[in-house]
Amino acid sequence: MATNMNHRIRRHSLKGLHFFGLFSAMMVLCVPGLWIVLNSFRPTVEIMAKPPVWIPNELNLDHYRAMFGGIGEGGVPVLTYFTNSLIISVTSTVIAILIGMAGGYAFARYKFKFKGGVFVALMVTRAVPGVALSLPLFIIFARVGIIDTHLGMVMAYVALNVPFTIWLIDGFFRQVPPELAEAAEIDGCTRWQAFWRVEFPVARSGIASAGIFAFLTSWNEYALASQLTRSTTSKTMPVGLLDFTSEFTLNWGGMCALAVLMIIPALILTFLVQKHLIAGLTFGGVKG
Amino acid sequence: MANVTLRNVVKKYGVLEVVHSINLEIADSEFVVLVGPSGCGKSTTLRMVAGLEAISGGEVQIGGRVVNDLPPRERNISMVFQNYALYPHMTVRENLGFSLKVAKQAQPVIDDAVDKAAEILSLTPLLDRKPGALSGGQRQRVAMGRAIVRHPEVFLFDEPLSNLDAKLRTQMRVEIKKLHQKLKSTIIYVTHDQVEAMTLADRIVIMRDGHIEQVGTPLEVFENPLNTFVATFIGSPPMNLLDAVVKDGKLAFSDGTLIAMPPGYSLAEGQPVTFGVRADNIMPVGHALPHGEHMAEVEMEVNLTEPLGTETLLFSVLAGKEVQAKMFNPRPVQTGERMTFQIMLDKCHLFDAETGAALKR
Repeated sequence: MATNMNHRIRRHSLKGLHFFGLFSAMMVLCVPGLWIVLNSFRPTVEIMAKPPVWIPNELNLDHYRAMFGGIGEGGVPVLTYFTNSLIISVTSTVIAILIGMAGGYAFARYKFKFKGGVFVALMVTRAVPGVALSLPLFIIFARVGIIDTHLGMVMAYVALNVPFTIWLIDGFFRQVPPELAEAAEIDGCTRWQAFWRVEFPVARSGIASAGIFAFLTSWNEYALASQLTRSTTSKTMPVGLLDFTSEFTLNWGGMCALAVLMIIPALILTFLVQKHLIAGLTFGGVKG
Repeated sequence: MANVTLRNVVKKYGVLEVVHSINLEIADSEFVVLVGPSGCGKSTTLRMVAGLEAISGGEVQIGGRVVNDLPPRERNISMVFQNYALYPHMTVRENLGFSLKVAKQAQPVIDDAVDKAAEILSLTPLLDRKPGALSGGQRQRVAMGRAIVRHPEVFLFDEPLSNLDAKLRTQMRVEIKKLHQKLKSTIIYVTHDQVEAMTLADRIVIMRDGHIEQVGTPLEVFENPLNTFVATFIGSPPMNLLDAVVKDGKLAFSDGTLIAMPPGYSLAEGQPVTFGVRADNIMPVGHALPHGEHMAEVEMEVNLTEPLGTETLLFSVLAGKEVQAKMFNPRPVQTGERMTFQIMLDKCHLFDAETGAALKR
């Protein structure tokens, strides 16, 4: 009886510890985000207060009003930045996914010369920190004349994302049994139809998650964007945050308000495709 | 429906040749089973007929038409895969109707064909489920339904039953045979299971190392194996093989045991041979089936017994080789018991000791 009791106590205490551990981890992850949201709604005095005020006394929309207001009243061209971010991120994601699908499929299905070498080379590019590339990129872009353009940013982000999407999508196509495409071919499909009607839908969840990663990378990227964008024609939202800094002051409230606007689309997108992210791949068709 | 002809078909992967110049004629509405141990080239041969594997040499004809360079979709075949290869994102109905949809058939035509196929395979209640929600046997039936829905000229089966449990396998085996009787279609069926081959086939093709060892009806290959490989591969338990030499018109085993020469053979004195006898033809005295007039008797010690109900398998050793014998109307047998066994010489086989080829009677 005693050993039974011991095991029960141990199981309950482990459960408690487990809960506590998860709670602390989530705290660490969530508090900065919540702090940003909270700060965007309260007066600067309270943001700067020492010791910090945890429970806000007053919530208002002043920072948002100012941000959307005219120049000189603390306003920044939010909508322009938002549009720039959207155009650059969506375009680069779509291109990266198309290239990633073609490349990932090739690596998963076909044999060709130097396959291993090419794959390793692609992965090695991930090891180079993006910032290290910013100066050479700046010089090249300046010479070619695509600095401060959407095109330049899209190209930079496609290059940044392609190795990763190829790697991810290769993994997903590897899990799709080749017999599915063969069955489709016997059922009357061409190679191309077999891909679009069978293999692509089966790997769709994986491709969607690769898309999310690519989009979030471009959406949040700061280091390269801060070098390669100069004006409102191409500045993205992360770079736009700098508009709230001036020589002697930092407008924390405004910065937080813009950050909240930045988080929202990413959040919506994640919610929309989280079913795919979680579901991963379904393999009812093949006994395994 | 159509006949299928393989003429000097070769498959090479780089310099490695895995199928060596195979010739095979399959008649219209014939059920042919390719059987052999894994790696014998049977699946590769099937995939070449399907068009999933390029043909390195020779010619494949379906219905008199050379199809070597045609893609699978233009060969008018259908195939059931070992892992079923159902489309996981489609319902059973969509899976069944996929080939017709690709062929741009009208929706009522598709619905009609799907309903008919579903009825034949009792899939009607499952039509709106996805493959993930089906059991192994049900998935297998969907895979077969997908194959029959569009009335192809040739059906190809690639080990379709090997993922099922033993009971379901027996059940599906009967289903496949019934289906063949109903559809009268040409079927090429690949398996490594000789029982499946025996029970299903009109003709069996036994393959080894990329060569065809023997082609024949199930009874032909069972009763007249062309070599020791076929003799041991077909039939369960495998045929007992013993080394012997011809001595004074009799057969002498290595331990000195002498038995009479099976009838019909005339061999030179001193010729080394391999003597083959199935377990069904070596039975303990008093527990034998009715047999012919030519008999031999040997005494052996029983090392192990496997009671199977109607008969018991007895394991003994003769001349240093394990011998399996069958005891009909079994009684309990103690291990270590010495028994006298009768060998039905009419049913025994002699093979060349060196090449393993069957000797002519």
